[in-house]
Amino acid sequence: MEIMDKPLTKNIRPDRAFATLADYESTGGYQGLRKTISQLQPKDVQQWVKDAGLRGRGGAGFGTGLKWSLVPLDDLSQTRYLVANADEMEPGTFKDRLLLEQDPHQLIEGMIIAAYAIQAQRAYIFLRGEYHVAKFRLEQALLEAKSKGYLGEHVLDSEFSLDIVLHTGAGRYICGEETALLNALEGKRATPRAKPPFPLVSGLWGKPTVVNNVETLCNVPHILNYGVEWYQGLARGVDKGTKLFGASGRVKHPGLWELPMGTPIREIIEQHAGGMRDGYKLRGFLPGGASTDFLLPEHLDVVMDFEAVAKAGSRMGTGVIIVLDDQTCPVKMVLNLEQFFAQESCGWCTPCRDGLPWTVTLLKDIIAGKGRIEDLDALAGLTRMLGPGNTFCALAPGAVEPLQSALKYFRADFERYIAMERA
Amino acid sequence: MNEPIFEGLSLAEIREINAEMSHYENKTAVSIEALKIVQKYRRWVSDQCLIAVAELLDISPAQLEGVATFYNLIYRQPVGKTVIHYCNSVTCWMLGSDQVGESLCRHLNVELGEMSADGEYTVLPIVCLGACDHAPVVMVGDQLKFDITEDAVNEILGR
Repeated sequence: MEIMDKPLTKNIRPDRAFATLADYESTGGYQGLRKTISQLQPKDVQQWVKDAGLRGRGGAGFGTGLKWSLVPLDDLSQTRYLVANADEMEPGTFKDRLLLEQDPHQLIEGMIIAAYAIQAQRAYIFLRGEYHVAKFRLEQALLEAKSKGYLGEHVLDSEFSLDIVLHTGAGRYICGEETALLNALEGKRATPRAKPPFPLVSGLWGKPTVVNNVETLCNVPHILNYGVEWYQGLARGVDKGTKLFGASGRVKHPGLWELPMGTPIREIIEQHAGGMRDGYKLRGFLPGGASTDFLLPEHLDVVMDFEAVAKAGSRMGTGVIIVLDDQTCPVKMVLNLEQFFAQESCGWCTPCRDGLPWTVTLLKDIIAGKGRIEDLDALAGLTRMLGPGNTFCALAPGAVEPLQSALKYFRADFERYIAMERA
Repeated sequence: MNEPIFEGLSLAEIREINAEMSHYENKTAVSIEALKIVQKYRRWVSDQCLIAVAELLDISPAQLEGVATFYNLIYRQPVGKTVIHYCNSVTCWMLGSDQVGESLCRHLNVELGEMSADGEYTVLPIVCLGACDHAPVVMVGDQLKFDITEDAVNEILGR
């Protein structure tokens, strides 16, 4: 019963070949769209997805149906846009690439249904420029979908028409932030926009715009095809559905697995990833990408649910775990992370533009044996000053999450460098 | 080569850039695609090309330069025929990306960002390529290469 247990990855094959339209249709593909177009009103689709409990899979976990319901639908002549955020660039995260490369129709069907739910006439796939294979396969899949009447003028002979444009980016982490992404789509520097107004009301070229993550949209066809009750039954925890979880680092079998929401982290690391490589011990992990707080082996029994991981002091983020082993220096790991964030800061607001390079300088000095114990207070101060509410967008608050938790859990490692200098 | 019709851009480039315009609400939106189209033909974006593209899109060269310099994959100086991007984000770093970068540069006798003497290669670091289960990874032109070892570096460079 792969189809029913693993709706997102049922077409994914070990040989990395991709599911053609015929493959996709043979496992129920485009049935959700047929049902949507023939039986449901846009508001009904929103309600189904809301009732199913689907939450955004890009990291923030906002309710997808709720997001859609905030788009003004009163004036149907108004232009509205849907954007699929395929700008996967969170270090340590490789889940959307799998979905894009190996089952492109799943995303396309999800997008058509989502666009119908918000009555968008045009949709964009914002694909990161480095994903060349995905680009090629999406182009092919879009042509196939058009030729079968799933896309274009009069979708399945209905009144609804939709054009999907594939846009490839030119590389910058900040493009994943939805308002920065909209600026990038408009051909500008990808700096975030002030909110409000929210994109749902005033987004791309000032028109109501919904931005959804790839994996989020991939859930949609199955909810429409198999129903709310089935979808809710997939999960083991509070949040609903399945999710792509993964692990990288010095584990025996790094990879991705579609598992029920609410799966314990221990199961992901020890069973699916096969535990640590011989000779290495688990020191800690980032549960959902570079911008999430470290957790420790004592947190292995935490389950992958938004609330549960938050309660443990981190975020589920993208759900793809980065494992820290006992022979990797956590201070150097944090330096690598902060270098990434400092480089990828768009430079729009001062705390982020100036604060992140400062964390890099302090960390480099500490590692070079030039640190002082006061530097740890300075770093801790920066984690507060770059925290939520002080910056334009979520980049800096995310950037300081691994730093603040490293200072808490691995303080002795920082102090050892500083003591080395004294000696 | 295509026949240049006015200073800076070839006819083929202009056609491709114009074709992109139907997908967007205005010309500005084509900025990134236009720069990528220029790069497809010339590998990098010279001042002359940048000015020509800005003219074609009715924006100021300064605005387009702001866009060109913002993105990692737009090159404002000459690069080799093949750009090798090695991922230096966290998982690849943990599994040896520094050595991969050093090894590539040593074999080619270049610094990061520099073109090899034969004009074949430029080596640049890049952020997470989304293949962390096969770290360390590099992207050679548009090809992803997984689980990079010292031997793999030799193979990539055909030695």
